[in-house]
Amino acid sequence: MLNEMISLQGVSVFFDSCKVLDNFSLIIKNSEFITLLGPSGCGKTTILKIIGGFLIPDKGRVFFQNKDITHTPPYKRNVNTIFQNYALFPHMNVYENVAFGMRVRKKTEREIAIKVKKMLKMVSLEDFETRDLMSLSGGQQQRVTIARALAVDPKVLLLDEPLAALDLKLRKDMQIQLKTIQHETNITFVFVTHDQEEALSMSDRIVVLDRGKIQQIGSPIKVYNEPENAFVADFMGESNILDGVILDDFLVTFAGRKFRCLDKGFKKKEKVDIVIRPEDVKVVKPEDSDLKGVITSVVFKGVHYEMIIDVDSFKWMVQTTKFIEVGSKIGIKLFADDIHTMRKSKYSGEYGDYSTFSDEMYEAYEHNTNLKKS
Amino acid sequence: MKKRIILTPYIVWCIVFIIVPMVLVLFFGLTDESGKFTTRNLCEVFLYPDVFLRSLWLGFKATAICLVVGYLSALIISRLNVKLQKILIILVMLPMWMNFLLKIYSLMFILQDNGFINGILSSFGFSKFNMMNTEGAVILGMVYNFLTYMILPIHSSLVEIDEKLLDAAKDLGANYFMTFVKVIFPLSIPGIVSGIAMVFIPSVSTFILSKMLGGRQNFLVGDIIDMHFLGGIYDPHIGSAISLVLMILLLICTGIINQLQNENKSKKGALVI
Ligand SMILES: Nc1ncnc2c1ncn2[C@@H]1O[C@H](COP(=O)(O)OP(=O)(O)OP(=O)(O)O)[C@@H](O)[C@H]1O
Ligand SMILES: [Mg+2]
Repeated sequence: MLNEMISLQGVSVFFDSCKVLDNFSLIIKNSEFITLLGPSGCGKTTILKIIGGFLIPDKGRVFFQNKDITHTPPYKRNVNTIFQNYALFPHMNVYENVAFGMRVRKKTEREIAIKVKKMLKMVSLEDFETRDLMSLSGGQQQRVTIARALAVDPKVLLLDEPLAALDLKLRKDMQIQLKTIQHETNITFVFVTHDQEEALSMSDRIVVLDRGKIQQIGSPIKVYNEPENAFVADFMGESNILDGVILDDFLVTFAGRKFRCLDKGFKKKEKVDIVIRPEDVKVVKPEDSDLKGVITSVVFKGVHYEMIIDVDSFKWMVQTTKFIEVGSKIGIKLFADDIHTMRKSKYSGEYGDYSTFSDEMYEAYEHNTNLKKS
Repeated sequence: MKKRIILTPYIVWCIVFIIVPMVLVLFFGLTDESGKFTTRNLCEVFLYPDVFLRSLWLGFKATAICLVVGYLSALIISRLNVKLQKILIILVMLPMWMNFLLKIYSLMFILQDNGFINGILSSFGFSKFNMMNTEGAVILGMVYNFLTYMILPIHSSLVEIDEKLLDAAKDLGANYFMTFVKVIFPLSIPGIVSGIAMVFIPSVSTFILSKMLGGRQNFLVGDIIDMHFLGGIYDPHIGSAISLVLMILLLICTGIINQLQNENKSKKGALVI
């Protein structure tokens, strides 16, 4: 395939007999922005290390444009890495750091000077050439590492949580900047993050990982709207996950009621997981719905309020823009396109029920009860 | 106030063991037997230019050898796994725990005309090989005694280098040799500088070692000073004057080394850890 940049085939990695990656396969396409998304310890860095050549897998092969590079050392690969911590050379200034790869390649000083200028411009650090690294902020240092990696014209850029250490505002700026750079250069980006929002807003494709296994690959919209299992649904954002049974094409029952939905092709009577995003639930007057409940907590989140609603003792998480007091009786309404069905998996029942309070919810709950008391 | 109380023992120590002896050396060096000021002693020092030059020259050679051998050892040790590193570092330090004289005696035993090496040589039918009372023997003694002080600081500056930097260098296309030249070596310079200081200064001012391994023709400044206090020529005034000049020479050397260190530090000001 012409379009194929990197391909991992049946890769396994063991650390002290503990399986980190098990028979892992992934094809990365030319010029795409692909994101590896998963919780800490799921093997994201390990995958990047294999692509970068810093780790030789115990089993399986790695291909770069259809050439086997499983045993090629890093310095011979046309792949560059932005490391999780910046890893800038402390004995060199900004210019020398960016020039490093070209110096190694014995480029002329003229070529180097032109390229360094161009790269620093690309990351908006034009006047920083002679600056010491010490005098740079975290975001600026991160941009130097990006310039340094891009200066050697890689075919693939591996980015290991490059924005994790930055504050929210800077992170958003850098997300846009990275995306722009990727557009301009057409370099394949393999981006690692455990921030689902970042993954959703930047990627062409997202690979959702858990415990070294791919849970789902797809476009951000697809992964968010049509999660394949409860893990993906939960990891891609807050979700209410309920047990359901398929009655027929486009008809499903859960929470003791029947609903129209958009899914078909399941067996009749097949047990499924139902995902409903908190922002899709409509809050109405109790008399307008037969799903009635009581609000047990409300937390202000800036753009919206996040509330927990107890409906027949299943706790729903719902987001609204309107404030409603704790204790109010309300009804909730769902439309066919709010309801997503997923096949049962080993993750079924682990996520998506807010009656088992997470720490965060417990804090909110306590906060509310304290307010009531005072 | 409290700070001063805590500092008192240190200040007393400084006065008794550093300031007073220095003043005494200065006083003896600049006076004659009757206690009158004179520069005669200092002029006398210039009777020994060869000894001074030899001290500096042998110290320089020993330092250079220590640098090469020490750097290689430190580099190899730093590449090993942590457990092995610990064992090797203890082995490197072990000779430090042994008595200085004992070490020289054993070196003499090894190098003597009917010592260990010549014993082996002659048992294979080779003729004996004179090693004692040569410049080489003195340098060997210096290297043997001071090599540890070169290995330790270099090793610690090498293990301080973040593994990630080496990965980054490889990632950017540098093979091991290039990574060494462009990253490992520059980042180990602080260790090299303190290693040089810690080997060169004691080498230049050492004594006994040179007398025992090098014989009369390889006397160093230290031996001359020794002679003027405890040896055949008793003259503490000239001895003090020689000490004074040696101190000034070493002060200049230290100054130069510190300058190197500072330059490096100001560059290291860019350090981000
Ligand atoms: N050198 C190693 N020795 C033993 N176990 C290791 C080693 N490196 C990684 N692991 C284990 O492999 C698993 C995956 O690690 P990896 O660094 O790939 O996680 P990650 O997805 O990048 O996590 P994070 O988001 O925290 O960076 C973890 O359970 C980790 O403990
Ligand atoms: Mg990681």
